Amino acid sequence: MADARRFALAALLACATALPALAADAPASAPPASAPASEATVKFQAPAARLTAADPALEARMLAITGELRCLVCQNQTIADSHADLAVDLRQQVREMLQRGRTPDQIRQYMTDRYGDFVLYRPPLKASTAVLWLAPAALLAIALLALGMVIRRRSHLADDQFEPEPMLDDDGASDTLGRPGTLA
Amino acid sequence: MKVLKFLIPLAIFAALAGFLFKGLYLDPREVPSPLIGKPAPEFALTRLDQPEQTIRRADMLGKVWLLNVWASWCEACRDEHPYLVEFAKLKAVPIYGLDYKDQREPAQQWLAERGNPYDASLFDQSGRVGIDFGVYGVPETFLIDKQGVIRFKKIGALTPEVLNDQVLPLLRKLNG
Repeated sequence: MADARRFALAALLACATALPALAADAPASAPPASAPASEATVKFQAPAARLTAADPALEARMLAITGELRCLVCQNQTIADSHADLAVDLRQQVREMLQRGRTPDQIRQYMTDRYGDFVLYRPPLKASTAVLWLAPAALLAIALLALGMVIRRRSHLADDQFEPEPMLDDDGASDTLGRPGTLA
Repeated sequence: MKVLKFLIPLAIFAALAGFLFKGLYLDPREVPSPLIGKPAPEFALTRLDQPEQTIRRADMLGKVWLLNVWASWCEACRDEHPYLVEFAKLKAVPIYGLDYKDQREPAQQWLAERGNPYDASLFDQSGRVGIDFGVYGVPETFLIDKQGVIRFKKIGALTPEVLNDQVLPLLRKLNG
């Protein structure tokens, strides 16, 4: 019986791991093609904005776009908040492109033409990225399936197959808790 | 059933370990360039040593040439430079430099001290042409064919192995 319980615990853990990943992906399923990014995105990148905030509206649009582009020099930062030389240049490039009336889609195209899909923090769904996009959902489905199977099996078991409820002391604390080995 | 319960986690662990092991040998800095197989971007830059002379993309059509992005401030360029100087002696291919985000004076002094393997260096002070070539980690090296198409790109310092095993065979193919 301990086995089944351990299995259920593992399934739950898997769910818990998969859920945040899924949640993180969720907004990308309906990307606002040309709409500015959420306020939160802009707020987080305020430090970079201080450097050149001549036109706050332009700056906000620039940061919304560069906040979703990977800086090639320091790869775990966005172009919006990297201080690398190249990121500074690319922010300026995006500013100028916006001033010339380029759309965010055109700017993203400009970046992927040069650096590939790797610059996009929201990679497009295509054959080479299918695993990336579908794995979280698939893992969640497997975990839920496993959980369902365990619950169904346990619901068919007779009462005497389960360990008795732990005895409670007067103060309400379980006397089995804290004793090693009881969970397994 | 008992065996399965033992085998499934083991299989999952093995798969995960396999991926992580492979990951140890991948270099996240080596981003595959989308520019390979594409026409080299347009450019019109002055020569480092002759500011009044401009070199354009069109001037380079009809020959296979090597474009090496370098700068006097670039540490790794110092490591690769001797190999490039040696390679230039073979006269296997015209070598052009792209002096990236640099100043004329220190750049010219840098070449004077270390030897100049370049037929000419293009002076890209703003780094705009570098951006068009997708440069993000100097040094970078491109091989461009007679039609002006980028056929090869090396990110980071050139080594004798890269020159011998990749550049020279490709040169023979493109010129052959």
